[in-house]
Amino acid sequence: MSSSGGGAMAVSPAPSGRLRAGSPAGSAGAGDRAARARKLGVRTAALGYLALLLLAPVLMIFYRTFEHGLAPVWSAITAPNAVHAFWLSLEIVAIAVPLNTVFGIGMALLLERGRFWGKGLLGLLIDLPFAISPVVVGLTLVLVYGKTGWFGNWLAGHGIQVIFSVPGMVIATAVVSLPFVARETMPVLRELGTDSEQAAETLGASAWQTFWRVTLPGIRWGVVYGVVLTTARALGEFGAVSIVSGRIEGQTQTLPLYVQDRFENFDPTGAYTAAVVLALLALATLLAMNMLTRHTRRRTPV
Amino acid sequence: MAIEVRNVGKRFGDFVALEDVSITVGDGALTALLGPSGSGKSTLLRIIAGLETPDAGEVVIGGEDVTQTAARTRGVGFVFQHYAPFKHMTVHDNVAFGLSVRKRPKQEIGERVRELLGLVRLEGLAERYPSQLSGGQLQRMALARALAVQPQVLLLDEPFGALDAQVRAELREWLRRLHEEIHVTTVFVTHDQEEAMEVAEQIVVMNEGRIEQAGSPRDLYESPRNEFVMSFIGPVNRIGDAFLRPHDIQILPESDGTGTEALIERVVHLGFEVRVELKLHDGRDIWAQVTREEAQQLELREGQILSVRLPAPRVFSA
Repeated sequence: MSSSGGGAMAVSPAPSGRLRAGSPAGSAGAGDRAARARKLGVRTAALGYLALLLLAPVLMIFYRTFEHGLAPVWSAITAPNAVHAFWLSLEIVAIAVPLNTVFGIGMALLLERGRFWGKGLLGLLIDLPFAISPVVVGLTLVLVYGKTGWFGNWLAGHGIQVIFSVPGMVIATAVVSLPFVARETMPVLRELGTDSEQAAETLGASAWQTFWRVTLPGIRWGVVYGVVLTTARALGEFGAVSIVSGRIEGQTQTLPLYVQDRFENFDPTGAYTAAVVLALLALATLLAMNMLTRHTRRRTPV
Repeated sequence: MAIEVRNVGKRFGDFVALEDVSITVGDGALTALLGPSGSGKSTLLRIIAGLETPDAGEVVIGGEDVTQTAARTRGVGFVFQHYAPFKHMTVHDNVAFGLSVRKRPKQEIGERVRELLGLVRLEGLAERYPSQLSGGQLQRMALARALAVQPQVLLLDEPFGALDAQVRAELREWLRRLHEEIHVTTVFVTHDQEEAMEVAEQIVVMNEGRIEQAGSPRDLYESPRNEFVMSFIGPVNRIGDAFLRPHDIQILPESDGTGTEALIERVVHLGFEVRVELKLHDGRDIWAQVTREEAQQLELREGQILSVRLPAPRVFSA
């Protein structure tokens, strides 16, 4: 092999475009081809992995759902318990996601901008829901809010039932999806810096005006991404909600719980149909984010 | 409005950023805070703006003690080193920000913004976003934004620091003319002595959190109070404890035997100025600054031995 070919080999980890520009004309051959082959290999492996783990199962679900035509799907989708589970899931998401969004933004501000004792500890605490199994989260909630729990009794005395009802399910969902907004917002907040906020301040803006007009627009992509992840997680949550809800049919059954229930009761069409609805809801969330970012990005090239 | 800073001190942990600093800036003056990085000049500027709180001392603007006043009500315009644009807003909305948080009527805002964009020569770019502007344009947008609220005092942190040489020179000239036009009391921070000399009417030289000297550019150049000021402002030769300016060194024709003997080690032509690097007979290195004409007349070339007349050196007592 010529010395220039050897040189090209040495820099082959670089993208092939730059490689071609860097190597003298005529000697682009061997090193270039090797790089291209390697790139193709990596790409195939990545796509193959994704197909095997994600795409094939999802397609399979769609196939099994519709394999006997639309009529069974329709009756499965309009079953009272299915409809109830659908609306309950949406209700829980509609409460838990805004709660976590406000909390997450506040937490991100506190952790990024604040200076106080115990900040490191707080940062660790925030990640705890990621580290703890959702089942454990559910159990701890029962311990605290259940009939024999710390203030479950007191709450019951005031006519508030948390466990085996919607409030508990909302709390469980909020806990397991807690870190997303804060974690997605923090790096964006760091990158934004404090200069533009201080500029707003010298221009006479109040703290509130500065937050709404400068900080929030500056971190919006982080927040949006965090909200999407929170929504996806909240929609799909099974373990914690399963324990806290008591899984009462037509009362405390969310869509994931309903899927499990149908599956166990030898109703595959019911299970697959509900699963497809869940998948479509997640897809809709992703699409909504995509359209939102694309729409505003076109107007404001940041 | 005049600015008065009295006995201000500021620490960040163990680091003493400012120590017993007092300055006075006259109404309508254009003043530079000049010093190396870490000298406390930016901290002082931020304290005047109210973006930092001093540990000791007072800040008085227009006769009113504003030490405890928040930045948002101090009536200062601040231009940040990296301009701090609101990236999600157009140029128009950036400039309008200060007026729109004050809830001024739309029509008034529109007129004022148009006027300001004219002043900073960004008329056609009102609907652009900051990411579509060059460094010089961002700088001017930031200035227009600060001026929109008609500040009593304009403060600029390293206003030309992040620009390339040519844009810098243009903007300096432009800032000086703008100051003549609107006459707002202006303080800017710089580490570049040439910039300070060219733009400012008054220079405050800072070092290690203290003021070394304040005065007009000419004062500082001609009668520096200490060796820091002498060596920070203008070129300097140091011989032991003594300092002399390169342009005060006289190169004599070869025949003349009255001066000190010296060997030319290098001649650097910088256009009008010619830099002559010399080794004196006792082995010390100095350099002299002569004009192109002088260099031609004396036929200076490397390796030549000639004599130089050294001026009375300046010595500062420690």
